[in-house]
Amino acid sequence: MLADKDRIFTNLYGFHDWGLEGARARGGWDGTKAILARGRDAIINEMKASGLRGRGGAGFPTGLKWSFMPKKADGRPHYLVVNADESEPGTCKDRDILRHDPHLLIEGCLIAGFAMGAETAYIYVRGEFIREREHLQAAVDQAYAAGLIGKNACGSGYDFDVYVHHGAGAYICGEETALLESLEGKKGQPRLKPPFPANMGLYGYPTTVNNVETIASAPDIMRRGAAWFSSIGRPNNTGTKVYCISGHVNKPCNVEDALGIPLRELIETYAGGVRGGWDNLLAVIPGGSSMPLVPAEQCNELKMDFDGLAAVKSALGTAAVIVMDKSTDIVRAMARISYFYKHESCGQCTPCREGMGWMWRVLTRMAEGRAHKREIDMLFDVTKQIEGHTICAFGDGAAWPVQGLLRHFRPEIERRIDEYARNPHPEPIREAAE
Amino acid sequence: MAKLIVDGKEIDVPPEYTLLQACEAAGAEIPRFCFHERLSIAGNCRMCLVELVGSPKPVASCAWGVRDCRPGPKGEPPQVRTRTPMVRKAHEGVMEFLLINHPLDCPICDQGGECDLQDQTMAYGVDASRFRENKRAVEDKYIGALVKTSMNRCIQCTRCVRFATEVAGVPELGAINRGEDMEITTYLETAMTSELQGNVVDLCPVGALTSKPYAFAARPWELAKTESVDVMDALGSAIRVDTRGREVMRILPRVNEDVNEEWISDKTRHVVDGLRTQRLDQPYLREGTRLRPASWSEAFAAIAAKVGAVPRQRIGAIAGDLATVEELFALKDLMTRLEVKNIDCRQDGSPALPAWGRATYTFNATVAGIENADALLIVGSNPRRESVVLNARIRKRWRAGQFPIGLIGEQADLTYAYEYLGAGPDTLAEIASGRHPFAERLKQAQHPIILVGQAALSRPDGKAIAALAARTAVELGAVKEGWNGFSVLHTVASRVGGLDLGLVPGEGGMAAPDMAAPGALDVLFLLGADEIDVAPGAFVVYIGTHGDRGAHRADVILPGAAYTEKTGLTVNTEGRVQLINRAGFPPGNAREDWAILRALSDQLGTRLPYDSLNQLRAALFKAHPALARLDVVEPSDAGDIRRLADLSAGAVDRAPFRSPITDFYLTNPIARASAIMAECSALARRAAPAIAAE
Repeated sequence: MLADKDRIFTNLYGFHDWGLEGARARGGWDGTKAILARGRDAIINEMKASGLRGRGGAGFPTGLKWSFMPKKADGRPHYLVVNADESEPGTCKDRDILRHDPHLLIEGCLIAGFAMGAETAYIYVRGEFIREREHLQAAVDQAYAAGLIGKNACGSGYDFDVYVHHGAGAYICGEETALLESLEGKKGQPRLKPPFPANMGLYGYPTTVNNVETIASAPDIMRRGAAWFSSIGRPNNTGTKVYCISGHVNKPCNVEDALGIPLRELIETYAGGVRGGWDNLLAVIPGGSSMPLVPAEQCNELKMDFDGLAAVKSALGTAAVIVMDKSTDIVRAMARISYFYKHESCGQCTPCREGMGWMWRVLTRMAEGRAHKREIDMLFDVTKQIEGHTICAFGDGAAWPVQGLLRHFRPEIERRIDEYARNPHPEPIREAAE
Repeated sequence: MAKLIVDGKEIDVPPEYTLLQACEAAGAEIPRFCFHERLSIAGNCRMCLVELVGSPKPVASCAWGVRDCRPGPKGEPPQVRTRTPMVRKAHEGVMEFLLINHPLDCPICDQGGECDLQDQTMAYGVDASRFRENKRAVEDKYIGALVKTSMNRCIQCTRCVRFATEVAGVPELGAINRGEDMEITTYLETAMTSELQGNVVDLCPVGALTSKPYAFAARPWELAKTESVDVMDALGSAIRVDTRGREVMRILPRVNEDVNEEWISDKTRHVVDGLRTQRLDQPYLREGTRLRPASWSEAFAAIAAKVGAVPRQRIGAIAGDLATVEELFALKDLMTRLEVKNIDCRQDGSPALPAWGRATYTFNATVAGIENADALLIVGSNPRRESVVLNARIRKRWRAGQFPIGLIGEQADLTYAYEYLGAGPDTLAEIASGRHPFAERLKQAQHPIILVGQAALSRPDGKAIAALAARTAVELGAVKEGWNGFSVLHTVASRVGGLDLGLVPGEGGMAAPDMAAPGALDVLFLLGADEIDVAPGAFVVYIGTHGDRGAHRADVILPGAAYTEKTGLTVNTEGRVQLINRAGFPPGNAREDWAILRALSDQLGTRLPYDSLNQLRAALFKAHPALARLDVVEPSDAGDIRRLADLSAGAVDRAPFRSPITDFYLTNPIARASAIMAECSALARRAAPAIAAE
């Protein structure tokens, strides 16, 4: 269990003042000028040494990402874009940072922006987050008024602007290039890569897109040092992480703890245990709805970090733990997730546009048992035809949960098909396509 | 050059190539739906996936650059594979996804036989479907008179959207909704206003967008295909005329990088029904107020009687806009033999004279040269109406950036931004003198173009304006060693050919407007001249194809052949000689125009010395050797423009320039006979008033 002194997000629950005074009382904006005075390379090297990996889902090393930005200013503006379009089902960590600790984010923007030579940061806030945006905007205003950002930010001689932008509520706009398109005022559809945003990003200029939690961790890493951060967790999976525990637990919560904490400890320490006891656990989706589920038998020794979850063919994602006990209709649950992805697919590229509806329809039938057993393999094949063939990672993220279901709950699907076949229904009423 | 290994074959390609281009250079076939050479890269169909060794996922070759490939661990060139199981699986997967919601209505689909989806399914698809759900249904949209939609078939490749936005410059198509509900539409279901919209039918890889006028008319394999050249405007776009039996079924573009790339205007494409209606299929003679059908000999006798009875200076001939060089030559030859001086090919009163030199009346910068230009001054022209495809070329150059455009004349939406300088000759004079700020921008340019349109030339003071424009070009450095930017944009196909032949009034002869004036002539020959009102009095012989203005005014009608029914040469506005090929035969008793003139010459007692088209051509090439060189633009003499600039040409009228083309869709007798063109014209007129946003 993480010691309180090692926590970064000390106001995660909003018990204290979220404003500038409160943030300062908790150590925010302390010595920011001195951090900036260490210079760009020093900051990036410190970030690299800390081993911080992106907290948005893919887990790309943050220091490395920052170092991709062109070093020499060629007169073109550079941009930092903060992805606060937190829409992954089960995930609500950025939301609490935005409304309870916005100054951590703003200070992080300044440090990150300075490190990559960006004089402007855009924070793209999810459309549905109203209060969060209000708090964030108020915090930005406070920071401007206190001279922490704006002209000569923190007295460092560096000019830095932060703009808060409100999305319109499309899941796909959380994909970094779709977010940039949306920010430019276009339809939120992912761009082809390469070119990557570090070369051609917002308005065609070098841009880095980072998650809220990643950026908000930066000030503490700089203040306390990379050694402190990398001492938490295990190699390649360092630092703290905000976990969002939801579903069939007694006390759903957001909590910050070290990476690599065992799943069982996480659930039992913070969330009051699985409803009906640990043995009542059916499966867990460990990283937001787009990650493959992990069945109960693999959960006992499961370590919650990038490598630990990769070992069970899942991934940490956003670290949104969705707990499902044995009362769950797992096939229906996955069909519902499929419906979400069908609804949120942007429609740009073929495999995703056409495949999402197909997967959802087949799964819906399977949930009733109204399917053939051969369709299980077909469905798996369809997910494989989507995975890796699309423009962005949305296709992968939609295919994985279905693959997880088929990998671990095939007997359950077959049982339902048998049951349906045993109780001959009158010819089922065909539904018209909507 | 970058080295690359494609399917085990090492090739050298320029580093800016995409993998798709590189694979094609190596001889590998890459299927594609959304990719099109002349549109931006969308990368959304995912059909062109190839395996890039070292990359865990297949990559979209249309969007992946050769310079994005990393060399192997030992520095060996990047390897691309196009025929591995991974690629095959990717192709099959994408094909399956495209087909699950595509209706199986090929037997009733107009795209059948020329459908990319059909062809690629045969080559890359699997033989059976695993999809047991209901197919998606999408409502068909109304997007105008020319494009029929069948949106169930749409595979959302967005080629049409990109064409409308990028090439046509009229961003009226778009995609609404997300995911599988995505639909291509004009949103309010209004007609598209682009004059290039027909091209989306060619671009559509499936049968979602098909040609409305051609709907269910024919199958591609029943059509005979004739490569020809368009005469609807002075650009001379390369076309392919598809015929079934004697009937022209449709007209499609051909690729000609120097002229039209692969676009044609809607008038070029959809004038087809005008070739069938209002046709003159036998000679007519006027008796009293009525025209009665007559035989060829009756008609010729009537003409001979009239011509024999009047003095030579009371006879005249005006050539029309669609005529080929051969018949213009025969007409001039006949008139010369009859000692008639009143001949003209400039119905609109343009002052252009062969005597000024060829450079003064051609588009010297050339159409392809627009892409090398770095500044443009449009004087008295609306290229969007006068030559749509050329306008698209200007837009293409403008989109590339660093291309200041100035316009003197009527303000209009040209699909690109321009600086509006003024309405008439005063502004031009100001620029010529260098006082106008835009003159500076032209001076700084390396390759400026002065585009002079017929709105500036076809007016009583046209000669003075031509001289002024030439002076502008010379003063501002548009005419120099290695670059001639003085470019005249004609509006009609026959004009440059006519001027090349010297089909202008001889010594003491009358120009077209004078010939049409009351009491000017006793006998007037109109060779397809329909754009001029001949005053009552003269005996009018009309040789032409359609019952249009000229035929209504005529006393004798001799039925001729339209441009799809004869072989002939035409010279476009650049001075490029191109060959029109015969795709069918003229209806009824109608004959090719040169043959009519030849037969008439016999009756008039001055037989023309050629009995076949080949003999006529031999005589033509002997007199004008330059016309024998097909498909090239002869370099013009810049000295002509300097001489024109120094010409003292009288006073300039300060009146603003007015475009001679008021209705793009109805500029010639064939177009006016077309119901489709009439519908387009009505739609355009309705769309014209500004509509407030809803």
